Amino acid sequence: MYAQMVKSTGEGVKTLDEMAPEERAFQEKVDQDIRIEPRDWMPEGYRKTLIRQIGQHAHSEIVGQLPEGNWITRAPTLERKMILLAKVQDEAGHGLYLYSAAETLGVSRDEMTEMLLSGKMKYSSIFNYPTLTWADIGAVGWLVDGAAIMNQVPLQRTSYGPYSRAMVRICKEESFHQRQGYDIMMKMAQGSEAQKRMAQDALNRFWYPSLMMFGPSDANSVHSEQSLAWKIKINTNDELRQKFVDQTVPQAEYLGLSVPDDTLAWNEDKGGYDYSEPDWDEFFDVLKGAGPANHDRLDARKQAWDDGAWVRDGLLAHSEKKHGAKVAAE
Amino acid sequence: MADALFETLLRLGDNTLILGHRVSEWCGHAPVLEEDIALANTALDLLGQTSLWLEYAGEIEGAGRSADDLAFLRDAWDFHNVLLVELPNGDFGQTVMRQYLFDQFNLMNLRALTGSTDNRIAEIAEKAVKEAAYHVDRSRGTVVGLGDGTAESHERMQAALNILWPYALELFITDDTDADMAKAGVIPDPKTLEADYRATIEATLAEATLTLPDAHFGHRGSGKDGRMHTEHLGHILTQMQWLQRAYPGQAW
Ligand SMILES: [Fe+2]
Ligand SMILES: [Fe+2]
Ligand SMILES: [Fe+2]
Repeated sequence: MYAQMVKSTGEGVKTLDEMAPEERAFQEKVDQDIRIEPRDWMPEGYRKTLIRQIGQHAHSEIVGQLPEGNWITRAPTLERKMILLAKVQDEAGHGLYLYSAAETLGVSRDEMTEMLLSGKMKYSSIFNYPTLTWADIGAVGWLVDGAAIMNQVPLQRTSYGPYSRAMVRICKEESFHQRQGYDIMMKMAQGSEAQKRMAQDALNRFWYPSLMMFGPSDANSVHSEQSLAWKIKINTNDELRQKFVDQTVPQAEYLGLSVPDDTLAWNEDKGGYDYSEPDWDEFFDVLKGAGPANHDRLDARKQAWDDGAWVRDGLLAHSEKKHGAKVAAE
Repeated sequence: MADALFETLLRLGDNTLILGHRVSEWCGHAPVLEEDIALANTALDLLGQTSLWLEYAGEIEGAGRSADDLAFLRDAWDFHNVLLVELPNGDFGQTVMRQYLFDQFNLMNLRALTGSTDNRIAEIAEKAVKEAAYHVDRSRGTVVGLGDGTAESHERMQAALNILWPYALELFITDDTDADMAKAGVIPDPKTLEADYRATIEATLAEATLTLPDAHFGHRGSGKDGRMHTEHLGHILTQMQWLQRAYPGQAW
């Protein structure tokens, strides 16, 4: 998912009896699935946690343009090129919806951008992996958008109104992305030896990073407990990861590709697959900046922001002039 | 006649293909999120127009080549785009100026093409002209905003215009192919579009507080008849065509 390791207050979840009247009224609304809107009273911790979570999600959409944008100029057919361009354009649109949702909580898009560029806010670890062959574009759609959907579908029911509405719009598009990615994988898996090799290699490289998208087990985390109580998190990381594995393994089989996990086996009792955990040391290294593409990603975003300063200033100056002229004429 | 029509369709399709490629290079790197979205949208429209033009070109040629074959398997000397569209993006100002100079031409040309004696061309133009009108609105607005923005943005836009204007003039050269096609009512004679184009551009530039450079020469490199290109085209093709060249004959 696009928001990993989001910290909440760090304190335990209060019972209704321990809450002041305002907070109690708030929590009761959440419990009854009544949406919280920007003007409603909310605990400071709820607001801050949401900003972190929505902001991280927004940044992920934006940084996520880069690994896929990497193949637009090299896409193999006009149709594939257009599909990919439209997809990356969708992701930018998702970023826009999410920044708007976060802005209702009292933080501006520019402030969030500055925090991304200074490293104070994060984006999903998955986008710190490179796209090396065309099959990677298939794998990203299939696995990365697939994992994002796992997380985002339940979030359509999240307690914060603007976030929930953004998720509804986003989910519609994400399912297209996943199908398009799978379609690329299908063509590759049924293609020449070289294409099959690319497809298998893409799965090998993206499998564990995709599992990492859900974050480490949070069964006993105080942050998660609080987020679950506030309904800004709907499932635990392990639940979602399990669902993802169960959905994806048969899809890989259908493609004739093998999931790079020797321990993978159907477990009749739990009605799901047993699978190997990703290397969590690698995950924490990537979060800290040591992934193969961290430096390139942030560098690209910084350069876009810095090089674009004169454009933003110019357009702002122009609209102020126009506005000034209008006011003077009145 | 079929040769001239084929060549004409390549000119239309190659212009949008190469410009679409250039614009798509911005993806994820634009100065502001709204521009990322708008540039991707422009690139998409241009590539959509490309498929239509090149598909028809392949049919007219009658050698069984698809739009993809034409896009991905020709070398530089067989490309017929004007030099303007293959120039590097430069800064954002140069990209927007190039876009405006092309969009304004594309709009006028497509408007005329909706009345083409060739029904298929008229149909394609009918669809494309709506997109082009939107593009021109946007690129024109940005040229004005940045031209009449800060001192820095003004200076950058003027610099972009100085570089690009001579290339824009290539759009209005009428060669024998154009003359034949114009006589048959298939396309407008390019040079007849120039006066109106200049007047429109000058009005925009006035609003943008920019001035047309005193260049009376056009780059008559004739990208459109394939006699000349810039060195940039080859690099675009090495990227664009790489997969098709490295793994020939595969389905993707
Ligand atoms: Fe997205
Ligand atoms: Fe995504
Ligand atoms: Fe997506």
